[in-house]
Amino acid sequence: MSRSATASLSELGVNPASELTSTTTDHATGRVLPVRGELAGLLPWGGLRRGSTVSVGGSTSLLLALLAGATADGCWAAVVGLPQLGVLAAAELGVAVQRLALVPRPGSDPGPVIAALLDGIDLVAVACPLPPSLARRLTARARQRKAVLIAFGAWPSPDVELTAESVSWNALDDGAETLRRQQIAVRSGGRGSAGRAKNVLLTFGEEEIELPLVAGGPDRSDEPADAGPDRADELAARRATTREQPA
Amino acid sequence: MKDPRLLAVCCPDWPVVAACTATGTALHVPVAVVDGNEIVSTSAVARKEGIRRAMRRRAAEAMCPELVTFEHDPQRDARFFEPVAEAVEELAPGIEVVHPGLVAVPARGPVGYFGSAEQAAERIVDHIATHTGTEAQVGAADSLFAATKAAHRNMIVPPGRTPEFLRPLGVHELDAPELVDLLRRLGLKTLGAFADVPENAVATRFGGPATRQHRLARGVPERPLDKRRPAPELAVTETFDEPVERVDAAAFAAKLLSERLHENLAARSLACTRLGIHARTENDEELQRVWRAAEPLTPRGIADRVRWQLDGWLTRERLTSGIRTLTLEPVEVVDGTALQLGLWGHDDERAVRALLHVQGLLGPDGVLTPVIDGGRGPREQVRLVPWGDERTPTRNPDHPWPGRLTRAPATLADDPAALEDENGREVGVTGRLELTAQPKKLTIRGRTREVTAWAGPWPVDERWWAPDRHRAARVQVQADDQAFLLIRRDQRWFLEGVYD
Repeated sequence: MSRSATASLSELGVNPASELTSTTTDHATGRVLPVRGELAGLLPWGGLRRGSTVSVGGSTSLLLALLAGATADGCWAAVVGLPQLGVLAAAELGVAVQRLALVPRPGSDPGPVIAALLDGIDLVAVACPLPPSLARRLTARARQRKAVLIAFGAWPSPDVELTAESVSWNALDDGAETLRRQQIAVRSGGRGSAGRAKNVLLTFGEEEIELPLVAGGPDRSDEPADAGPDRADELAARRATTREQPA
Repeated sequence: MKDPRLLAVCCPDWPVVAACTATGTALHVPVAVVDGNEIVSTSAVARKEGIRRAMRRRAAEAMCPELVTFEHDPQRDARFFEPVAEAVEELAPGIEVVHPGLVAVPARGPVGYFGSAEQAAERIVDHIATHTGTEAQVGAADSLFAATKAAHRNMIVPPGRTPEFLRPLGVHELDAPELVDLLRRLGLKTLGAFADVPENAVATRFGGPATRQHRLARGVPERPLDKRRPAPELAVTETFDEPVERVDAAAFAAKLLSERLHENLAARSLACTRLGIHARTENDEELQRVWRAAEPLTPRGIADRVRWQLDGWLTRERLTSGIRTLTLEPVEVVDGTALQLGLWGHDDERAVRALLHVQGLLGPDGVLTPVIDGGRGPREQVRLVPWGDERTPTRNPDHPWPGRLTRAPATLADDPAALEDENGREVGVTGRLELTAQPKKLTIRGRTREVTAWAGPWPVDERWWAPDRHRAARVQVQADDQAFLLIRRDQRWFLEGVYD
């Protein structure tokens, strides 16, 4: 599969000279929170800089992927106003869910709730629409409290803007395949050093998803297909074998 | 400084004793109390048969087919424990209930009165036996953890000898299975060996929560020394128009009052480690009990203790009238930061405080934390619990779950959907778990998309074909460059999630 040259280089830890706005000390002192390999190439600091605001649009998986690196590294994340969040997908994308707090319904006055979270949580993702004046106050709060504010949806002048241009999956084959490999084409832009637009194709899936073990029942292929519950096991077992072969 | 010496009075296997008392089961049959699938308490007879705590229920039943099992019920444990707590209180004022089955008393009073700790222990055991018919054991030491371990062995540890008493005990005495496992693999088999590891090395090597266990192993008192006597205005009182007489009404009152107390504390960044519960009945009877917690209480923890206590009073006491006023008083508070000292590492302190703050604003259910559970569907495999509650899976996620999907949708939904073939006829799922036709059109919320490919169907439960089951199956569908998860229930399609 094709991937932009920038992304593959950044995976090797190589960044263009123009992007060296953060130093290794920033990473070492925790001023920049880590993100998964390919995402680092999209962010001007090679990670999420504390105090910054990042807006994410077009894909919930992209939002979750952004939380993965930091939570796995011991940071806390909160997601506000997203009752339909697929937590299992979050876990599959590498989010350490034991350090994930959900505030699905922040109430009619979400300002104090989000402000309280910014006081102590490293990454706060906000998915509820807010008046621009409140949004700007929260941006300032995040900067002051050294938290990362991730806006899921539109936000007034974020430091970095990540937009999922498309989300695609491996093609299903009428019953013989299943969804495994997800590709998200992401465009990044923003202010200052983040200003220059970059495009990266993120790939999730393949090896990092652990295949569920499937209980293969005894081989009963000589029995009629409508023999009962075993039918389900049999199909599942067959799928498991198909799955184990690389596509 | 206050003398930290404590007497611990414990009733061994309390959940089993309470269950047997409640049901009139004789103690000579093997009995176990189970929580979900796991054995949490066993009778001596059951242990003789090889049944152990943390064993799977099925394994235990296979090992001992005549095993009688009861579901775990903390409320029942608390209700039957109240008379025991009272019996102790008659001899030793100032008791604190740690959990049903364990009471702590400052040792100074009873030891001074009865002459020695041994005599005090003997009198307490006798008194409990004559008044409640329950067997109890007493231990004394300089920390609650050590006193509890001493009680399990019916031992009085001389003052100042607590670390020596703890040294030879195995690390499994710590109630932290993962840490115990790790310590054993590192060759640290006794509490003494663990205690010899320098504290800062424990913090860096094993993380924050282990430092608390390390303090226990060294025999230092459980809580940080900066505990203070709280200001009286932190207490909350409720007067009921209708006196509370029934347990369900009491549970409701307990929840409301607990939330108020928690808000009071959270607003000052405090957490409660000893909780006083006072009640006054219509006929001016006064009831009072102090609960002591090993760790600072979460909002849910406060509510549980209040509910248990009210249940105990209402069910067991011969009250002449209902409860008119109820007061919750934080007898001892610690800085809210101490909450993290027990539960999390030092770095998590700010996070814990922020989440408590939000719970103060929205209520305990306003902040949820996910637990990955066993199961097949994307909803079924995630259980959301209020933050601060226990995070244990109820179904084993490592079991095989045939029909579990390879990937979960990032957005969940529950909308009616229509899946049709090229002639506009609805596509169904046969009993042989096959689609009745090639799906061509998918309609969700009035919007129709072209189906390009699909996968499945997967069964929703393994007894797919059993006649008494509602048939349900899942399919993944790709339509107009998007991927969806559909579920068929009761002959209708629903959108279960979007792979966005």
